[in-house]
Amino acid sequence: MSLHSATAPLPLTPLTSATTRSTLDIARIRAEFPILRRKVHDKPLVYLDNAASVQKPKAVIDAISECYTGYYANIHRGVHLLSERSTLAYEGTREKVRAFLNAASTQEIIFTRNATESINLVASSFGSDFKPGDEVVITGMEHHSNIVPWQLLCQRTGAILKVAPFTETGELILEEYERLLDSGRVKLAAFVHISNALGTVNPVKRMTELAHARGIPVLIDGAQSVPHLAVDVQALDCDFYAFSSHKVYGPSGVGVLYGKKALLQAMPPYQGGGDMISVVTFEKTEYADLPNKFEAGTPNIADVIGLGVALDWLTAIGLDQVAAHEHALLEHATRQLREIPGLRIMGTARDKAALVAFTLQGVHPHDIGTILDREGVAIRAGHHCAQPVMQHYGVPATARASFAVYNTHDEIDALIKALWKVKEMFEL
Amino acid sequence: MSDLRDLYQEVIMDHNKRPRNFRIIPQPTHHADGLNPLCGDRISVYLDVKDGVIQDISFQGAGCAISSASASLMTEALKGKPVSEVEYLVDAFHTVVTNDGECPKNLGKLNVLAGVRDYPSRVKCATLAWHAVRAALEQHKDPVATE
Repeated sequence: MSLHSATAPLPLTPLTSATTRSTLDIARIRAEFPILRRKVHDKPLVYLDNAASVQKPKAVIDAISECYTGYYANIHRGVHLLSERSTLAYEGTREKVRAFLNAASTQEIIFTRNATESINLVASSFGSDFKPGDEVVITGMEHHSNIVPWQLLCQRTGAILKVAPFTETGELILEEYERLLDSGRVKLAAFVHISNALGTVNPVKRMTELAHARGIPVLIDGAQSVPHLAVDVQALDCDFYAFSSHKVYGPSGVGVLYGKKALLQAMPPYQGGGDMISVVTFEKTEYADLPNKFEAGTPNIADVIGLGVALDWLTAIGLDQVAAHEHALLEHATRQLREIPGLRIMGTARDKAALVAFTLQGVHPHDIGTILDREGVAIRAGHHCAQPVMQHYGVPATARASFAVYNTHDEIDALIKALWKVKEMFEL
Repeated sequence: MSDLRDLYQEVIMDHNKRPRNFRIIPQPTHHADGLNPLCGDRISVYLDVKDGVIQDISFQGAGCAISSASASLMTEALKGKPVSEVEYLVDAFHTVVTNDGECPKNLGKLNVLAGVRDYPSRVKCATLAWHAVRAALEQHKDPVATE
């Protein structure tokens, strides 16, 4: 079934960063998401909390159910049919992830619980030989998941965390980043591809080149980017790339770590247990080859399989089309938000992805969130697990509307209408 | 919007806009910070206790309408009360904002916050200042969190 409409493309405003125009049939895409039919407080659900987690298409929900009802068994062990079938589906997803990221080999794809665990894996394993005075460079717009693992590593090893600042518009100051790389002590640069709090798309290819020019490997936190733009890890030449299944239309409970083979091979295991060994005696254990060395214990089999179906689903739509549609939504939202007196948008980078964070003078974001919820509009209100970003703008929290491929222009209009109700309620 | 008015009642909106006792007591006998990790809100409460009675009480900080109004109403309710009654009032207030049952008697104006019980994600906003007061009287040094 094609998800592209045969009729004329939607009339869109000029695009700045997206290069194609969306020809997607959004009504047909929406029909694939059972949850989008439900009501919230007797109002149609307008789900704009996609940067926190996206909803799941029926194909993904069915795939998980089919696994458990049709062929589920533990993987990599049994000689029986169910185990072989489950192993095939699980390892088949590894190949799908490899193709999705354009990695060179399935040995470079490690399944974890989420992007957070992927980053923790690198911090624990790659960082295990860091010495006092070694440095890790991050940016000021990181999610806590790309701050705290490095702080823990620094506490363990005596390494030092360095933070590259960003501008008022939410753009990384590349010169400052470069200056931090020049210390001669940097062992790793770890940075976010798309900021979950600001929407900024960082120049990750350039940032990687700058690090590599000094012999420094890089980790990219791609949690927010994989659902919105095509990622090619070989073109980026990054050393590690982390993302979560649940943000890319797959089930929660699964994450991915891409790592260059030579690095992964040299790294010690992250956790010990079954499935990550080749020979165990009480004196000594030989570890399994990649990727199993980093997948101790029975993994989240059914949900990994669900991720594979989600990636198939997204690839069939086409990330260029998704980006074009979401960009149009972002422009539509930004234009209307700017017309609301007292509304301030945090994050106005030139290259921005499908979310908009804002405050409304005189109303706390939590109150905005509660009032919008009663209108059926789900947004995030809070610090978005990026408290340093809130501190940068001198606010305790922001409201954030974030978009997915199934959102419509009408839903943006519902958001705007609800925001005017907030103002009415607070007599602003 | 009628059901939202159950939450955002006029008294609450008034206390949010014009919080009472919104100041610092320069040399408080008791002081504590309340932190809501969910939203990053922080409220400081200050008390001046003499002869077992709360002579003065105030708060500072930034929060949502619910946490600000709750803190403001709390200062009004606790001023002049013996410290020995605070524990009961904190528990009674908790009942107001969480229980489906009847509101405890003699809480007066505080009952305007009963609407919070229909918004489970906002209960912590309403109880933030109350956690802080309890902590202040127990002389906690670190900020007390709602979670």
